[in-house]
Amino acid sequence: MSSDTKFTGQKFKSIGTSPLRPDGIDKVTGRARFGADINLPGQLVGRILRSPHPHAAIRSIDTSKAEALAGVKAVITSADLPDLTNGNSELFNILDNCMARTHVYYDGHAVAAVAAVDATTARKALKLIEVDYELLPHVTDVDEAVAKGAPILNKKCFTEGVEPKPRKASNIARRSEFGHGDVEAGFAKAAVIIERNFRTEQTHQGYIEPHACVASISPDGSGELWVCTQGHFVFRQHCAELLGMDVSKLRVTPTEIGGGFGGKTHVWTEPVALALSRKANRPVKLVMSRDEVFRASGPTSATSIDIRIGVTKKGRITAGDATLRYASGPYVGMWAELGAMTSFACYDMKNVRTVGLEVLVNRPKTTAYRAPSAPMAAFAVESMMDELAASIGMDPLEMRILNAAKKGTRSSYGPVYGPIGIGPTLQAAREHPHMSAPLGKNQGRGMACGFWFNFGGQTCTDLNIAPDGSVCLTVGTIDVGGARASLALVAAEELGISYDQVRTVVGDTSSLGYNDMTDGSRGTFSSSMATIMSARNAIKILKERAAKMWDIPVEKVTWEEGCAKAVGKKYGNLSPLSLAEIAEAAPNTGGPIAGHNELVADGAGVSFATHICDVEVDPETGRTQVVKYTVIQDAGKAVHPTYVEGQYQGGAAQGIGWALNEEYVYGEDGRLQNSGFLDYRIPVCSDLPMIGTQILEIPNPNHPYGIRGVGETSIVPPLAAIGNAVSNAFGVRMTHVPMSAPRILKALDEAESKKADETQQLPLEL
Amino acid sequence: MTEHEVKLWSALRPFAQGSDTVRIKARNIRELFARLEADYPGMAPFIAQGIAVSIDGTLYRDSWDTPLPAGAEVFLLPRIQGG
Amino acid sequence: MTQLVNTQINGDAVGFACEIDETLLDVLRNRVGLSGAKEGCGTGDCGACSVILDGTLVCSCLVLGVEAEGRKVETVEGLSDGADLHPLQTKFIEHAALQCGICTPGFLMAAKALLKNNPDPTEEEIRYALAGNLCRCTGYDKIVRAVQATAADMRGS
Repeated sequence: MSSDTKFTGQKFKSIGTSPLRPDGIDKVTGRARFGADINLPGQLVGRILRSPHPHAAIRSIDTSKAEALAGVKAVITSADLPDLTNGNSELFNILDNCMARTHVYYDGHAVAAVAAVDATTARKALKLIEVDYELLPHVTDVDEAVAKGAPILNKKCFTEGVEPKPRKASNIARRSEFGHGDVEAGFAKAAVIIERNFRTEQTHQGYIEPHACVASISPDGSGELWVCTQGHFVFRQHCAELLGMDVSKLRVTPTEIGGGFGGKTHVWTEPVALALSRKANRPVKLVMSRDEVFRASGPTSATSIDIRIGVTKKGRITAGDATLRYASGPYVGMWAELGAMTSFACYDMKNVRTVGLEVLVNRPKTTAYRAPSAPMAAFAVESMMDELAASIGMDPLEMRILNAAKKGTRSSYGPVYGPIGIGPTLQAAREHPHMSAPLGKNQGRGMACGFWFNFGGQTCTDLNIAPDGSVCLTVGTIDVGGARASLALVAAEELGISYDQVRTVVGDTSSLGYNDMTDGSRGTFSSSMATIMSARNAIKILKERAAKMWDIPVEKVTWEEGCAKAVGKKYGNLSPLSLAEIAEAAPNTGGPIAGHNELVADGAGVSFATHICDVEVDPETGRTQVVKYTVIQDAGKAVHPTYVEGQYQGGAAQGIGWALNEEYVYGEDGRLQNSGFLDYRIPVCSDLPMIGTQILEIPNPNHPYGIRGVGETSIVPPLAAIGNAVSNAFGVRMTHVPMSAPRILKALDEAESKKADETQQLPLEL
Repeated sequence: MTEHEVKLWSALRPFAQGSDTVRIKARNIRELFARLEADYPGMAPFIAQGIAVSIDGTLYRDSWDTPLPAGAEVFLLPRIQGG
Repeated sequence: MTQLVNTQINGDAVGFACEIDETLLDVLRNRVGLSGAKEGCGTGDCGACSVILDGTLVCSCLVLGVEAEGRKVETVEGLSDGADLHPLQTKFIEHAALQCGICTPGFLMAAKALLKNNPDPTEEEIRYALAGNLCRCTGYDKIVRAVQATAADMRGS
C-alpha cells in the first residue's frame, strides 16, 4: 500500500483549479442544516444543570421535585450513566466531564440534566434540582496550581513520567521531555544568553455554532444521533462505549458543522442527550447556549513558559532549554507535551531540551485548538529569536534563515527531517514586497515562523458510478472548509472527467467504514488519498466492463480522459467508450460499478509557515491594530487554491484575536467572568486588514499528488509575529498574551518611566 | 532480519533502564511492537494506547505492515492530537 | 401566555401563535419553519440571526415574536427570487466568502442592508457595517471582497 501512495509528479487538469463548492447554494439560501436545525417528531428539549462552583464535592442530588413537574419526561445524573471508576481512565475522564460523578471541578461542570416537553418547563425543572455541595478550595491559575500549598484537584494524581514515582499528590499530572545534545555545554559556547518567562491566557476556538445534537434511542436499544461534529465515527465510538451500547447499533449522522477548530473533536452533551432519550423513550434535542460553550466545552490551555536560548556572535543557536506548563483543566492531557515537541521544531539545534508539565486547574477540560499547543510555544521561541537577533545586531529574518532546520536536521522532538518547507517560507518572506513596504507613524513590523505536525489516519471512501455515468463520492471525513469541493476535484482528476460530473457527500456512520476525525489537518490529505485509490479501483472495473462490451481482452483497454480506449493494431479503431456508455450497459456487464478504498493515510509530512505583520499602536490607549498581514505557507499541492487561502487567512485571524484580545477571565471566586461574545471579543470585520497569502508547493513525497495538510499551521506564528511587531514599533518586549490595550499601555508606561529615571540620573553620573 | 536502533521518547526510557535507544530486530511495525512488548513489558500500555513511529522523519501511526528499511532511522513518539 | 401575531415574512402573510417572551428568532426557527437565521449567542453579539424588520437590520434574538405584529420581516430565505440568486449570494459563493457557512445568512442580510443604504461603500465602510457579524473561519478578507464585487455588479460597473 505504501508504494501506491508515493508522489509521482503527474500533470494535473482539475487539481489546482478553484470551482464553486457543492454546498454553496444551500449555505447562502438558508437551506443547509446545521446541528440545531435538525428536528424529530415528538422530540423533547434537553437542558443541563451546571455547577456554579469551581471545586466541590457532591454530597447528594435530589431530583424528585424536578421529576414531579408536569411536562418533565426524564431527569438524569451520573447515577444514570455507567460507573467507570475502576475502568479505563481515559473513558472515565470523558464521562466524568460530561456528567460529574463525585466532584465538580470547574464553574460550568455538568451535574444533572432534564428532558421536558418545552424549553420553559426544562428551565423550571433545572431550578427544582437540589444539589448539596461541599465547597473545596480551588485554583485556576497555571502557576498558582504548581506552587507550594496549592489546593490539589485530584488526590490520586501522582506525576507520571518522573522516576522514582512521586509519593505526594500534586497538580502536575504528567511530565514529558524531549531533546538531544548537552544543553549546558551549548550554553557555555554562547556569546549571548537570554532567559525569560512567557505567559499566554486561555482562549476558546470560538466557533459560531454552539454544540447541538438530537438523540433518539428506541426501546430495542438501537439509536440515532444527529450532531455537529468533526468526527462522527469517533462520537459514535465514545457514545456507544459510555452508554454500554453496541457500536453498530448507534447511527451517527453528521450535520453541517458551524466551525470546530478542534473544539468539536470531543463529546460534551451527546452522551447526556442519548441517556435522556433512553430514559424518556423519546427523541431529545440538546443545544448548548453560548454561555455553556464558553464555560463547559473545551478551550485551549493557559500557559507559562520558562525559556532560555543562547547564540553565538554570528547568530548561531548553541542551546535552547524550555519548561512549559500548560493548564489542562481537571483531567490529564497531552497539551504541554505537544508544546514541548513543537517549540523548537523550526530550528537546527545541536543542544536542546524541552520539558512539558500538564497542570490540573479548576477550569474546563482543555481541548485541541488548531495546531494544539504550538502557538504558545512559538510565541516564546519566536519572541526570543527577535530579541536575540537584536542583541547581536543581526536581522531577525537572516538569523532565522541561518538556523532553519532542513533535510537531515535532527528535529528538536527527535527524528531527523526529510524534505521540509521552513527554509523556502523564510526565503519567500525575504523576497516578499511586504518586507520592504513603508511603515507609518507608530507602526512596527514583525515576523515569526510556525510548525505543526499534520497527520493522517484511518480513512475510507466510496465512489459510485450512477447509471448515467455521473459520480457520487461518499467520504467519511467532515467537511469543515470546502473539502467536498476539493475531493470532487481529486475524483475528477483521477477519472479524467469534469468537476461537475462528481458530487461529494459526507456519509453517516452506517454508510462507510470507520474514519478518524477531521483533525490534525488530515481531512483533505487522507480522504484525497482514499479517493484516488477508490477511483483507481473503479477504473479497473470500468476497463473490465469495456472489455466485455467490446469482447476484447481487458489488457487491451486503457483509461484516458474519462473514457475506455482500446489499444493495439487490432482494436485501435474502436471508438472510445465514455463513462456514461459503460454505466448504461452495467446491468448487462455485471451490475453496479463502484470503487472503494480503506487505508491508513500515513506520511502526512510536517508543515511550516512564516508570517509577516505590521501593527499600529496608539501610544495613548495601547490599542493595537493590525494594518498589514501576510501568510506564507507550504501546501505540498493546493488542490483548491482559493480554499487553501481561506485556511491561511482564517488561522491568521484566529491567531490575531489570541494575540491581541481573547482571554478567559476568572474571578477570585473561580467563576468565568466573560462567557459571552461581548466580553470574550473575537476579531470583527473592522479589526482586521486584508490578509495576503502566498502558497508554496513543495510536494509531499508520501502522497500521490504531493498534498500536505493546510488547516492548522497558520494559527501558530501570529502571536509572536504581533509581539515582535509591537516590540519593533516601541522597543518594548511583550511577554504576556493577549497583548490587550491595558497590557501594552502598561508596558509603554513602564518603558517611559524607566527612560525618565535614566534621564534624571544622567547628570549625577556625569 | 535487520537490527534497528530504535530511539525512544522520554516516557518510554524508564522501561528500558533509562536508555534512549534500544536495539530491535524487526521487518515492520508489527514486529517492532511485538519485540518491544516482549523485551520491555513496561511499554505494553503505551503500545496499546498507540505509539507513533517515525521512519526517516515520516510519522506512521497505525499500519503494522509499514516496513522498516535497513538503515532507516526509527524513532518512537507519542501519538499526537490535532485540531 | 400565548398570543396570536399577524405579520408578513418574505412577502407572504404569516400568522403564528407564540409565548409573549419568545424571541423572533425562536418563532422563525421553531414555529414558522425558517431555520436560515442561526443562534450563535442569543445576546445580540454575533449577528448570525440577523434579519431585516421593516427595512432595518436587527438581531432577531433581541426582538420578541410579538413585536413583529403588523410588520415586514425579511430573512435569508427570501433573498433569492425563486431560482435566481441575489447577487450577494452569487458573489459569496464565487469569492469563497464562506467556509462553514453558519454566519453566512447573517452576513448576507447585513450586507443587503448596507448596500441598500450605500451602493458604493468603501472597504472601511463595509468593514464597519459588518462589524456586528462574527465569522470565525474566513478572517473576513473574502467576505469584504464578495461585498465589494456585489456592489460593483449591482451598480453595473
